Amino acid sequence: MPKPAAIVGQIVLYGAFAAFIGYFATSPVYRQIGDDVALIKLSMSHLGGRECRKRSADELAKLPPNMRAPLECPRERSDIRLQLELDGKPMFEAVMHPTGLSKDGVSTVYKRFEVKAGSYRIAVKMNDNLVNPGFNYIKEAQVTLKPAQVLVIDFNPDKGGLFFQ
Amino acid sequence: MYASLRGNAQTLFERSEIFFDAFFGGTDNPLRHLGALGLYFLWLLVASGLYLYAVLDTSIDGVYRSIGHLSQQQWYLGGILRSLHRYASDAFVLVMMLHLLREWACGRYYGFRLYSWITGVPLIWFAYISGIGGYWIVWDRVAQYSAIATTELLDWLPFFNEPTARNFLAPDSINDRFFTILVFIHIGIPLMLILGLWAHVNRISRVDYLPSRNLMLGTLASLLALAAIQPALSQAPANLSLVPAALPLDWFILFIHPLTDVTSPAAVWALIFGATLLLFVLPWLPRPKAQPVALVDAANCNGCGRCHADCPYEAVTMAGHPDKPGHRIAVVDPGLCAACGICAGSCPSSTPFRSQERLVTGIDMPQQPVDAVRRQLEARLAGLGGTTKLVVFGCERGVDVRSLDAADTAAISLLCTGMLPPSFIEYALRSGADGVVVTGCRDGGCDFRLGMQWTQERLDHRREPHLRELVPQDRLRLVPASRSESRQLLVAVTEFRTELETRMAASRRPPTYSRRKNHHA
Repeated sequence: MPKPAAIVGQIVLYGAFAAFIGYFATSPVYRQIGDDVALIKLSMSHLGGRECRKRSADELAKLPPNMRAPLECPRERSDIRLQLELDGKPMFEAVMHPTGLSKDGVSTVYKRFEVKAGSYRIAVKMNDNLVNPGFNYIKEAQVTLKPAQVLVIDFNPDKGGLFFQ
Repeated sequence: MYASLRGNAQTLFERSEIFFDAFFGGTDNPLRHLGALGLYFLWLLVASGLYLYAVLDTSIDGVYRSIGHLSQQQWYLGGILRSLHRYASDAFVLVMMLHLLREWACGRYYGFRLYSWITGVPLIWFAYISGIGGYWIVWDRVAQYSAIATTELLDWLPFFNEPTARNFLAPDSINDRFFTILVFIHIGIPLMLILGLWAHVNRISRVDYLPSRNLMLGTLASLLALAAIQPALSQAPANLSLVPAALPLDWFILFIHPLTDVTSPAAVWALIFGATLLLFVLPWLPRPKAQPVALVDAANCNGCGRCHADCPYEAVTMAGHPDKPGHRIAVVDPGLCAACGICAGSCPSSTPFRSQERLVTGIDMPQQPVDAVRRQLEARLAGLGGTTKLVVFGCERGVDVRSLDAADTAAISLLCTGMLPPSFIEYALRSGADGVVVTGCRDGGCDFRLGMQWTQERLDHRREPHLRELVPQDRLRLVPASRSESRQLLVAVTEFRTELETRMAASRRPPTYSRRKNHHA
């Protein structure tokens, strides 16, 4: 039979165990970003362009009937150039390379930027085929970001290219 | 530096265990049964998890609603079980890490313990993967933060074609099937954990699959009280268009995310892979030289199987005797043998009353043969003087008894107290000693797991070879003491000596014995 002092000691130690578990299961409270900060997530996954050549009638005739594709396209995809500007100042610029051993996969990017909440002029420019100069996709807008808001900048050809969400 | 660090950690654990012993005793002391306690928490997780799984709706809106329903409408059962599930997972992680630290501090990670150590390392990964995934299922703000932080961390590794964090980019990025897969992962990984635990304890005998009943009830009551006082509740539902603000984070499991935020994914992966690699290579870093393993003497092994029954590491098996048809013989697996000598203590041939000049037993330790122990005992008994002659048998892993050696005290240190055949106590008393002290590790603290338990049972006539009835119990004192308790042992020995001197005349003595010596081996 345990002594009363041992029983009291056990109760205290079991209580300390529960308190330790209970405290660190929820505390201290963690704040990932400041109270007046918003997040811009720039992320896209897109196949770069490639230069296809139209086969001539002679070339097509020489091919087996089941392989007479009118266009001859290389497997390799182009790098993609991406630029993000905030109020006219460059915030991010990169050339994304296609994935895959044969460089025939998508080019991807995932970046997040913490900015003070407020109104910004955001411009995103993309060139998905670097044989051409400049940018073939541009999206520019005045955006007001609330504290803790997440603004996603993505690309989807079905949604008209670059878009803010 | 490293040895000093480990030594300090060991001392810290020992002192904490002794402190807890004062309230719990050895059997109920949580620090002495961390592995079994971890298993117990795992079973609590499985039991509470089965109920949660049964009521979980795995659609995007359903997961949050169905889990929230438990806490609000069914707080008395589902809510309590949900809280128990969360807190038991934290307790599991806590005791798992303490178990790891304690085994390291006690130097239990190389040699014959290599297998258990190595198989334990992946279990840490399983525990954290399962724990982190479990938080996602609730799909509240904490789940959102953890899911995004985990995938961002994973994306640093060059494994994925597309960033996995894109799965949590916007509210319409995920669908119902995500949670179905998540539930399967949250069940599958723990199943792998249980399988890994089976391998982890596979090479030891008489595994403590559960702690003592008192310890189970005490910890369960603590967690239930915590569940009632501070129920585990969901945060606001996940909203991928907002960054979760103040997060009441579970630091036992999710600490890795803030750590990534304040450092970098590269630093965290370096820490994770570095720590894993370190744990894997630790057994091969400089360590004490391996001790010689037990050797079987075919001529003296009668195949009784006691060594097989007593070995804490299943290193002894029984096989057909090569010279005696129909008989068995003990066989030692050198890879499993801990060199504790418990087998020598269990062997019926280890009795010092045998008349052979050189005592050869059935199974023995080359570094400290039973014959050497008998010679040492006889030599010390012959030289003892004073009014009360004491023999103290101790353990190399416990208090160093050699400091007690004096003109009236013969101190003999063994590989483990479990190596002591009880007949040696009778032999000492019948050969001139007035009393015998046997000291070994505290309950639950034996370096070889079962040495002190077997000794206690042998002296209490509950285990073979047992101490014969003719030995008066008042001339024997069993003193459990940890490595650092030399002062307590000295006090116990002094008290025992005083007691013996007080009632010397009234106390019965076993008949005197003088070994008839011959020279037959």
